[in-house]
Amino acid sequence: MEATVLPEVTSLGVIIKGIIILAIISAVAGFGTYIERKILAFMQRRLGPMHVGPFGLLQIAADGIKLFTQEDIIPQNANKFIFQIAPAITAATAFIALAAVPVFPDFTIPEFIPLLGGTFVPSIAADINVGILFVLGMMAAGLYGPLLAGMAQANKWGIIGSARTAIQFLSYEVVTGLSILAPIMLVGSLSLVDFNEYQAGGFTSWLIWQQPVAFVLFLIAGFAETNRTPFDLLEHEAEVVSGYATEYSGMRWGMFFIGEYANMITVAILASVMFLGGYNDLGFIAGWFIIIGKIAFFFFLMLWVRASWPHIRPDQLMWLCWKVLMPLAMVNILITAIVVMI
Amino acid sequence: MYEQIAFYLFSVLTIGLFLVTVLSKNILYAMTSLAAGMVLISGFFFMLGADFLGVVQLIVYVGAVMALYAFAMMFFDATRDIKEKTTNDALVFFLGGMVALMLVIIFAAPVFSENIQAMYPVVEGVGNAQAVGLVLFTKYLVPFEVAAVMLLVAMIAGIILAGKKMDHSLTTNDDKVISQEDTK
Repeated sequence: MEATVLPEVTSLGVIIKGIIILAIISAVAGFGTYIERKILAFMQRRLGPMHVGPFGLLQIAADGIKLFTQEDIIPQNANKFIFQIAPAITAATAFIALAAVPVFPDFTIPEFIPLLGGTFVPSIAADINVGILFVLGMMAAGLYGPLLAGMAQANKWGIIGSARTAIQFLSYEVVTGLSILAPIMLVGSLSLVDFNEYQAGGFTSWLIWQQPVAFVLFLIAGFAETNRTPFDLLEHEAEVVSGYATEYSGMRWGMFFIGEYANMITVAILASVMFLGGYNDLGFIAGWFIIIGKIAFFFFLMLWVRASWPHIRPDQLMWLCWKVLMPLAMVNILITAIVVMI
Repeated sequence: MYEQIAFYLFSVLTIGLFLVTVLSKNILYAMTSLAAGMVLISGFFFMLGADFLGVVQLIVYVGAVMALYAFAMMFFDATRDIKEKTTNDALVFFLGGMVALMLVIIFAAPVFSENIQAMYPVVEGVGNAQAVGLVLFTKYLVPFEVAAVMLLVAMIAGIILAGKKMDHSLTTNDDKVISQEDTK
């Protein structure tokens, strides 16, 4: 495949890209809450938010005003400094992880706009050749948000929440890493761009057909790492009040929320680029459109699963990870290795 | 120019954070600053163009090792200060300083005497991960395999230590059974 010559990536372009990612993903996180409530409501035969604006659309604004103006309470015996920076760690690691994945197509700002005209804005903010590992590492670092939050707030529920954070994230990192090892062996690269090019041959060349087991394992581990419902033991309302977020209010709580939604989008992007053909054109549909469609599908899938499945117990979580998923991932790697060698 | 600014910024921040780790009496501060310092160290790898090692530093130290420390800290009251039992401050200061000085000499001596030679030049046209793999499976094959065997031994030992009650789950037990076991 002949690569088209792309314009030079300037630091200004990267900065613009960073601002775009920050702005749009934060906005999507806000809009995501509305979508989540509506979809969950329809699946449970309710109406969802209806009273604020048409179809409850202004609920986002109402929630935003509430979050921004709510009193920022810091418990008396808490470690104040750590308590205050913990939500920032969650949000920051979630957005740093987004730096190494392709978000939105690359484009050049039209010349008629003053100052910024003609700047090339790349698709990936930081195109490092070990992109997949970087994203996984940053998501691994994301465990410090809930962990420190729970330990700093001098609250028993918080401590239980942070202990659960440690076991859950550590265990499921193993599954994530092992499950993507098999596709990495097939592609022979850690770069998401190479993954995308490997699947450029259309629908049949998608990696999900060659690695269905790895795809399912990655998706399950992704649910656990983003703290989505069958595995959201960190803030399981029925058991530990709100886990690590028990004492948080206002914008600090909102930052945990934005971080969680950004992580969901990161996992959705990783799954679409690594297994579902990435941002290649599919027939007559443009690549940028199809990847947004895939990301939206994974987002919807997370809500769908939330509406369908109950929470699981901590011991079931560990059983699933170490006795089912990890051996499956190992067998998958072995079989892939044998096939690759022959 | 930018690299120098970045280097000094990272150096100052790393040393400052690790100083907090050593000097702070609060567990949470010590742990947070150690983790943040580990993240910043990966910045040095990225600056040297060793993307792969930088990411490995992130995953291994920040993601795994530090999280295990954090797990151990669940057993302490993290919001209270620790009272350290140091009987002789001057001795601690002296020994610490000497160890630091020795480390500096150990690492600086080969650089100044120019005895270090690059025996295995970087292979042209391969990525970072491939270059690491080439060296690991040629020059350092034996240490690599020995490390693998060591990890296997540690894993088996861990399974034996923890495995005695593996099929016995506390969660699925009835309250009656648990209270009976307590009274035994």
